[in-house]
Amino acid sequence: MIRSDILRDIAPIIRDHLVVCNIGLPSQELHLTDDQPTNFYMLGTMGLASSIGLGLALAQGKKVISIDGDGSVLTNFGTLPTIANNVADNFILLIIDNGSYGSTGDQPTYAGKKTSLTAVATACGCENVVECSAEDTGKTVQAALDSNKMTIIVAKCESGNVKVPVITMDPVVIRDRFMKAVQA
Amino acid sequence: MSVNKKIVDDLVANDVEFVTTVPCKQLAGVIDEIDACEKIYHIPSNKEDEGMGLCAGAFMGGKRPAIIMQNTAIGVTINTLVTLTQYYRMPLPMLISYRGELGEPVACQVEMAVHTKALLNQLNIPTYHFHKEEDADELDSILKYTFMCNKPVAILTDASFWKGY
Repeated sequence: MIRSDILRDIAPIIRDHLVVCNIGLPSQELHLTDDQPTNFYMLGTMGLASSIGLGLALAQGKKVISIDGDGSVLTNFGTLPTIANNVADNFILLIIDNGSYGSTGDQPTYAGKKTSLTAVATACGCENVVECSAEDTGKTVQAALDSNKMTIIVAKCESGNVKVPVITMDPVVIRDRFMKAVQA
Repeated sequence: MSVNKKIVDDLVANDVEFVTTVPCKQLAGVIDEIDACEKIYHIPSNKEDEGMGLCAGAFMGGKRPAIIMQNTAIGVTINTLVTLTQYYRMPLPMLISYRGELGEPVACQVEMAVHTKALLNQLNIPTYHFHKEEDADELDSILKYTFMCNKPVAILTDASFWKGY
């Protein structure tokens, strides 16, 4: 399974929650698969999906799922200690770990080599860190939602992309639609 | 009233409830005051772009954010300011320690100081410069302006303002 298969599988599970989705192909794939007002698509700023999601979760009570990638977490490694030390039990960080920078041509990341993001998140002090296979991602996300505990999920999958169009929605429209969904 | 207390009082009076900080010697007192304030959630961040991500999330969650950082952070955060804060039109007051100005003992800090205002100008970021203590009287208006126009706004605070550190 590749990332787009995971996104298709989890779409029915996450669609009723607030989702902050990583820049590039992940946002484009989610937008194509299941566009929802509760989705915040990042059009720029690689690495900040987890930070935006944590800030959102700390600011209000609805459940927030940040869909991140291994490359993006490596870009913003400082996020993991911040998450660990500012527990928001309505926050799930789903790291889809395909061991590559998918949006830029599948260059390998260190997470696909010697570095375990599961071990790093645990070492940073995150308390509920779960590594799962691509096939088990849906039930792992559902379990994390049911637990009401802040959870970091590292879903291991294969590298690869499908062809998807870019998102042409205006950023202010994305943000305004999303904020109305947050307040609804 | 200490200037640190006045700054935090102005933040609270403007409903700022979520503040992220990356420390600087000049900012130590105001960061302590933020941390002690029960009406503000203080979340230290490890890098300023991470902090701006946290602030973007908090804003979309209904809380007014602010970031406190050093001017060296302008070099770190240009992409985030442009493709997140400005692109999505989000307000962000940035209380910035303006290192490298008169009274600066560390020569290297001057290297970023000479670029600070030029970069902010290039980014079309409204910029205010606190040099004397009474300049802080404008903070309340600057905060109102920031949340009126949904832009990042810079407040540079130099060593003369902080009366050394």
